[in-house]
Order: sequence, then structure tokens, then C-alpha cells
Amino acid sequence: MNRVGVVVFPGSNCEYDAAAAMNALGAKAELVWHSTTDLSGFDGVILPGGFAHGDYLRPGALARFSPVMEAVSRFAHTGGPVLGICNGFQVLAEAGLLPGALQKNIGLTFLSQPTTLVVTSNNSVLTSGAVIGQELVIPINHFVGSYTCDDETLKRVLDSGQVVLRYKENPNGSRADIAGLANERGNVVGLMPHPERAMSTLLGSADGRVLLESFVAANVAA
Amino acid sequence: MIVDVTLRQGIADPEGATIERALPALGFSGVSNVKAGKSFRMTIDAESESAALEKATSLAERLLSNPVIEDAAARLGERVAT
Repeated sequence: MNRVGVVVFPGSNCEYDAAAAMNALGAKAELVWHSTTDLSGFDGVILPGGFAHGDYLRPGALARFSPVMEAVSRFAHTGGPVLGICNGFQVLAEAGLLPGALQKNIGLTFLSQPTTLVVTSNNSVLTSGAVIGQELVIPINHFVGSYTCDDETLKRVLDSGQVVLRYKENPNGSRADIAGLANERGNVVGLMPHPERAMSTLLGSADGRVLLESFVAANVAA
Repeated sequence: MIVDVTLRQGIADPEGATIERALPALGFSGVSNVKAGKSFRMTIDAESESAALEKATSLAERLLSNPVIEDAAARLGERVAT
């Protein structure tokens, strides 16, 4: 992967960390304003963390109507690798690019802490280089991160290997401890934890690297 | 127009549960099934009340609620002078 577009909504705040992580892994990150309608030329797209459009109404509810989202949807449908981190996951869920929804943490508190994740599927652009069962310490930083969906959807995503990361100890009440989820094809992935903040042991953990390295190694229409 | 957005049956409602747990300490007994939700009020220009209701229902389903976790219901409110 060469060029990675990091979408910036009004209220995004993790775009520089995401771009720095991509650049550190050999990709060329470019910030893309949310009014952009053309993502051609990019090999991957990241929706970063933050509070797009102030998270008004619901996180992601307004961002999904930003002009860039039609382009993200087209990019995703042609097999382009798309990664939504934290707020980006909420946007992808609201946009219907990933099943289910995120709701307030079960304890009604904002959570900012390292969490241990377990890789449960490597059938995605984020986990292709990881080993099933591998444990990764990656921080979370959210209030609306409790994953939920109906029973039928839950069975489907579990059976088809779309659940790529699960919390070892569930911090927020997510159904089936789901921390990260892919679409059926595996090219669109959303996760609440922040792998771009786990790039160096000097800053607590380098466990995000294996995930973002997988993403950088992913090919368009993989 | 008034649009009420409530969590769907079976979806965890930690806010409602917390409010319910707090009530006895304030001296309110016998209160159960507390559900937290959102209410939106708006003025809609339309040919008729039914057309306004239809519009409110449509925007409630498309934007004001997330159908994965929420139900939305539109109803006529008091007309507000503009």
C-alpha cells in the first residue's frame, strides 16, 4: 500500500496519530477533508478517532452524511481497504458499512485505559498478519463503545469470522466481547481500540503495529 | 411535530436503569420500567397534518434514530408561532 487517505471530519482528533503510524510503516498518508468526493488514487482509507461533527445526535450519525462517505462506500464496495478506528468505527456502523451499532458503555463512564485484545480471526485487512489467539495490549478511549446487534447478526458475524478482535476482559458491555469487526469480504474493518497509539514500547505498547502492518500490506481488491 | 426516540426492546439501557436505582434514595417508591430516550420538536411546512407526519416519520427513521438500536415515533405537537 502506498497512498493512504486519512479522512478528517470537523471534530476528528486522531488523524495525525493515524497518519504518523502509516508513515512509520512505510505508507504515505495524506489528510483528506470530509467534503472530498473523490478517493481515486488511494490504496487505503482510514476514518480516524475523534468526535466527528461534535458527535451530535449520535456518534457518526451526522458524519455518515458527509460528502466523503459516498466515496468511502464506493471505495469499500470495490474491495478497497477501509479502517475505522474508534469514532471511525462508529461512522462505519452508522453508514451501514459494518453491521450493528455502538452504544454508551454499560457503566456509563468514559473509559481511557489499556485493554488486552484477543485476535479471533485473521480474515481481514487488519488482522491478516496476526495469529489467532494472539493477545495484544492496545488502549481504548471512548464513551460510546459498547457493541450491540441483534441475535441473528451476532450469530452471522461470529460464524463467518467477521469478529476479528475480542476483549479479554470486557470493559464496556460489548456483546460477545466484540472489540473489532470486519465486513463479510474482510476489506472493511472497525475497532474501538486505538492501534495507532500502540506503536512503540516507549509509549506503553507496540502491539498495534502487527495490525497496522497488516493494513499497509493489504492490496486494493484483495 | 414531536419525535420520540427510544431504545428498542432488549437493548441495554444503562441510563434508565441508573435513574430507576436512584429514585428510592430520593423517596420515590413504586417506580419501575424507567426508560431513557430522546425527544425532538420541530416545525414542518406541509400541505396537511398527514403529510407533515409522513415527513417527520421519514426523517426520524433516516436521521434521528439508528434502527439497529432505536425505535422512532412521530406525533403532532402544538403548533408553535414562528
